[in-house]
Amino acid sequence: MTAPHYLPEGLPIPVPENDGLSRPYWEGTRRGELWIQKCKDCGTWQWGPEWICHSCRSFEIEWLQVEGKGRIFSWERVWHPVHPALKEHGPYIVVLVELPAAGNVRMIGNLLGDPRQEVPIGAAVEAVFESHDDTDPPYTLVQWRRVDDS
Amino acid sequence: MNGRTLRGKVAVAGIGETTYYKHGQAPDPEFKLALMAILRAAEDAGIDPREIDGFASYSNDRNDPSRLAAALGIRELRFANMQWGGGGGGGAAAVGNAAAAVATGMADCVVVFRALAQGQFARFGQGPRARTIDGDMAFQAPYGLMSPGQRYAMKVMRFMHDHGVRQEALRAIAMASYHHAQANPRAVMNGRPLTEADYDASRWIVEPFHLFDCCMENDGAAALILVPAERAKDLPHKPSYLLSAVTGSDYRCAAPSHNAPNYASASFASVAPHLYEMAQLGPGDVDVLQSYENFTGGVLMSLVEHGFFPPEEANDFLKPENLYAPGGRLPLNTSGGNLAECYMHGLELQLEAVRQIRGDSTAQVPDVDVSMVIAGPMVTPVSSCIFGSEATL
Repeated sequence: MTAPHYLPEGLPIPVPENDGLSRPYWEGTRRGELWIQKCKDCGTWQWGPEWICHSCRSFEIEWLQVEGKGRIFSWERVWHPVHPALKEHGPYIVVLVELPAAGNVRMIGNLLGDPRQEVPIGAAVEAVFESHDDTDPPYTLVQWRRVDDS
Repeated sequence: MNGRTLRGKVAVAGIGETTYYKHGQAPDPEFKLALMAILRAAEDAGIDPREIDGFASYSNDRNDPSRLAAALGIRELRFANMQWGGGGGGGAAAVGNAAAAVATGMADCVVVFRALAQGQFARFGQGPRARTIDGDMAFQAPYGLMSPGQRYAMKVMRFMHDHGVRQEALRAIAMASYHHAQANPRAVMNGRPLTEADYDASRWIVEPFHLFDCCMENDGAAALILVPAERAKDLPHKPSYLLSAVTGSDYRCAAPSHNAPNYASASFASVAPHLYEMAQLGPGDVDVLQSYENFTGGVLMSLVEHGFFPPEEANDFLKPENLYAPGGRLPLNTSGGNLAECYMHGLELQLEAVRQIRGDSTAQVPDVDVSMVIAGPMVTPVSSCIFGSEATL
């Protein structure tokens, strides 16, 4: 599903590096899909992307689509703006989410909903794709929202 | 241990600093501030500045050693070293690099310095202004995760969660810096005491950091001069011998997108054991500690990883009375540190560690033989060092 934008417009637009390392991830998010790296040789999941497997040093890394389900590993609530786009906006919540189905790699996002909500470490969350279609270039962020823990 | 060590081979002969200013308020340009601090350190050491033959710094200090050498009329430059890494994590490493040059005969008189004029240049605590962003920051900045405080808050949040550490423990660290700054006329926050109620009422910057958990940003410069141990004995001040200096980080500490396996960490887990091994000392031998406060939570984890207490005892150990000079269990940040003396990227902590050995701190701990400095936590590669009096040799 898609969502309205959690933070105001005007923050830096994420783009792949000029060597293209993270391009499959950013192209995947535009389709509403979560793609991360896995080593073809030893099966180690890896995030963020790198050209080599950190576990066995193989260059045979593939991209796999994973389910957007995770648990909150840590979080912070930001009150003080450090970017002009965030002036007069706040607080907001940043979460670090680990994906148990992908070797517990961690991804960063915002936690949707009340920015003053309590944030239990360990709580279940699911990915929400936040499309920014009117920027140049357009992009999609992966956000997170709490779901029933059962 | 093998025979390769820095222990006791090099000493600090002189220290110097400029007036410390609020950021953007220095009346002088950054390069002039660096020159002033270096000259004061040379004067303090009783050394002709033309004898300086090396420079070491960190965090991409902008003041080029060749320009410094030309400006100062230095006869011969033999060592010029920059510690990799973009923050205060390199402060003790710069001392170690300079000491390694002196100990091995690459140079005889090396200055370690840091200068900052943030009115002239950009501030640290601001997010990127570029229209687009790539690399690891592309996974962070679009979510409003941009400043150092925002980058490190989630490490501290997880550490506090894992070990039941309360906000009062962070508060005690802030209280210690402000308490000591009230006795220090150099301190930017001298005359600005902090109460526990002030701390509790202060605004959040990013939870779990209140305003007073975060370092200042300042202008100024600081420098110290390292010479061979045998030469230091003939100079005016009581020498502070370097007993150990180490730098580094543990396994995949910089894994992208906050994927460090040992996440809730100041990054000293693998570094601290080497520190004590070279010094041939343990945490129980430390008389006074300067521990870099970019954020109080970094000090909390630094102290745990340097073995001062297990994480489960943080709430009991981190009480103001335990951290105050002269009589606390572990007098901490006795000049006021980055929170309340000056954010000179932690080099002011090195100067204070030397003052404690000399016996002329404004918050002096009695009979200091072992004086330790932990540089910027979480800012990898991190570093720490230990100075000792002659009695420790």
